[in-house]
Amino acid sequence: MLKLFIFISKRSVQMLLLFVIFLTVLFFLLEAQPGDLSQQYIGNPDIPPEEKARLAARLGLDMPLFSRYLAYMKNFFTGNLGNSLSQYPTPVTKLIFDALPRTIVLFLSATLLAYYLGFVTGKVLAWRRGKMSEYLLTLGGVGLYTVFYPWFALLMIWTFGFTLSNVTGIRVFPINKFIDVSDWLGSPFTTNQVFLRMILVAVLSMLVAAVATVIAKQRLEIRQAIRVRNIAFLLGVVFPFIYFFFSAMGKYALDILHHTLLPVMTLALVAFAGIMLLTRSAMLETLREDYILTARAKGLPEKVIRDRHAARNALLPVVTSLVLALAFVIGGGIITETVFSWPGVGLLLYNAVILEDIPLAMGGLSVIAALALIGHLVADILYAYLDPRIRY
Amino acid sequence: MTERIDLEPEQSTGGPLVQEPLWRIRLRLARRSFGRNWKMFVANKIGLIGLGIIVLFALLGILHPILMSRVWDPAIYDPVQGYDAPVAEYTVVAEVQDPASEMDLATARLMQNPFVEEGDIVTIPQQPAPPSKGHWLGTDPLGRDILSQLMYSTRAAFAMGAIAAFMSVLIATTVGSVAAYYGGWIDNVLMRFADLILLVPLIPVLIVVGALFNLTLPLLGMLIGVLSGFGGTAIVLKSSALGVSVKPFVDAARVAGGSNRHIILRHIVPNVLPLSFLYMMFTVTEAIALEATLSFLGLMNVQMSWGIMIFTAHSQGYLLSGTHYWWLLFPAGLAVTMLAAAFFLVGRGMDEVINPRLRVR
Repeated sequence: MLKLFIFISKRSVQMLLLFVIFLTVLFFLLEAQPGDLSQQYIGNPDIPPEEKARLAARLGLDMPLFSRYLAYMKNFFTGNLGNSLSQYPTPVTKLIFDALPRTIVLFLSATLLAYYLGFVTGKVLAWRRGKMSEYLLTLGGVGLYTVFYPWFALLMIWTFGFTLSNVTGIRVFPINKFIDVSDWLGSPFTTNQVFLRMILVAVLSMLVAAVATVIAKQRLEIRQAIRVRNIAFLLGVVFPFIYFFFSAMGKYALDILHHTLLPVMTLALVAFAGIMLLTRSAMLETLREDYILTARAKGLPEKVIRDRHAARNALLPVVTSLVLALAFVIGGGIITETVFSWPGVGLLLYNAVILEDIPLAMGGLSVIAALALIGHLVADILYAYLDPRIRY
Repeated sequence: MTERIDLEPEQSTGGPLVQEPLWRIRLRLARRSFGRNWKMFVANKIGLIGLGIIVLFALLGILHPILMSRVWDPAIYDPVQGYDAPVAEYTVVAEVQDPASEMDLATARLMQNPFVEEGDIVTIPQQPAPPSKGHWLGTDPLGRDILSQLMYSTRAAFAMGAIAAFMSVLIATTVGSVAAYYGGWIDNVLMRFADLILLVPLIPVLIVVGALFNLTLPLLGMLIGVLSGFGGTAIVLKSSALGVSVKPFVDAARVAGGSNRHIILRHIVPNVLPLSFLYMMFTVTEAIALEATLSFLGLMNVQMSWGIMIFTAHSQGYLLSGTHYWWLLFPAGLAVTMLAAAFFLVGRGMDEVINPRLRVR
């Protein structure tokens, strides 16, 4: 346990160092850009040179490069990211923290969904090597993996958001955005209040289910423990619905959930393909191992060999790939947010870039990079927990 | 003049056993191993499918300038500046029964001129126009030929893929070999840098770079090549080069007095190059997708590309018409997907040749 703790703290320090390097690179990227903020009025003859110099002094652009760099770092780590230019004078931090929960929920739920489905499909796929269904699914997986993502998202909107609703006559999935504004007129809550409550309730009920499962596994025998696990997770999923059914926020929570489904599904579907292909090749390598042959010789059922002997060992490289999948999901998430007009950090970043709101763009990028690094740290810890060899 | 000693007879008796020049032997060996690998590549259908798609697209790209100069009129078929609007005729009637050939009075007055009467025939230029004899894939909302745009963009995709591939192979092979051969702090610095590049997601970085700088195709290709070459590919190649650098022939070369540069260039690099080419394929896949994405977001400084074709259809509001205006959405989206998938498939096919663990026993 101590070894694990040392490993975690070492990795955390490394990540922090990487983040500082990233910020440094970002700062010099900004410096390398032709011109600076004080020069945007350079063509305006009505502004005298003294006024331009004053503007540069106010923005700290007359300081030498190194002290500007120090000021940038100090500001960043004291939480001062400047004011947004497109939504002046709202601080960048406020804009980002408003959008952050939506982005995290999108990334997290899509990643979890993609991982679960991808792993289950991948192991079945490897088991059916050489059959027609394997070929078709692999080709489909490659197609999904390399599909031009914005186009795919547009097609999903058209198929599920538009055509499906047209055909059935009810609005199965909304086309885009985070809420229906008309339903929220006169609402006593803000979207973030409702959304944060949703996250809280869902996470808490899942946590309770997980704790119940762990306790059951220690106290009870295996069959009963599995039964307890199934019931606990079923209740964990059902409880938030019951809670919001009786809560005053219910109507609004349902609206948000309704808008969340299609973006999460789209992102998960694309990330899923990569995980499936990876699990397949990892499984194919494990199937060569001698202990699989031993398990076969013992006469164990196919399903047990597949799930207990092969899949468990194939899980390791799949978890390692969480890093790559994370970069994929984050990149895809930004496009998802843009295409679906989902007001997260990605859309904020995109709009900032389009409107040339440099402070907001820089802040958004730093936060996204920080998210990626934190995700990577979590994956590292998970890996060290799963594979004791890493810790030593 | 001093008398020369004739060494010729001496050499012919005790000379080298092989008379053939070295390059010819090398060529023969290369051809033989290429033949063997090719057979393995072909046996695995996946790679061959990919190669077929790539060749198809390459043909489209080569054909475009020929068509432009010989067959197509640039005023109509130029991918950026061409304009053509086929005219459709409508009979003005009171009640529309067949929307393809009839139009009601109010619409006709709005679209043609306010003095139209019932029973007249009005001609309306169509933009976007459906596929016809002149335009096999129809025209876009600005009246430009889709097929021409599609073929024109192919060249750009290939050129950018080639730049990205070249840069990534160059950098990844150098970084990987150098890090593995020297080890120590050089290895540490290079690998931490690779970590950083691997960890930070590429799309948001490129979006911000697109905002700060003027992103052109060659620049983006180079950027993607450098980032992918320095990031993930370098890490993979380093571990491969590490395996090579402990082989006996490297020690032999060092004992024989080979310089570091000689050993890296002559012994390590040729051995990691196949793997490098494999990862190059994945870089090309990534480059094609990224370029299309960035131009879809409107951040690239290019006149025409597959991403821009979709961007045009999307921004002009033709998305929700779905299959009705299929020629606006499907050709470009499918082209990006298929070309990216083709390079990925070739990579998978090469993987099975290079990586013996994956072969079916």
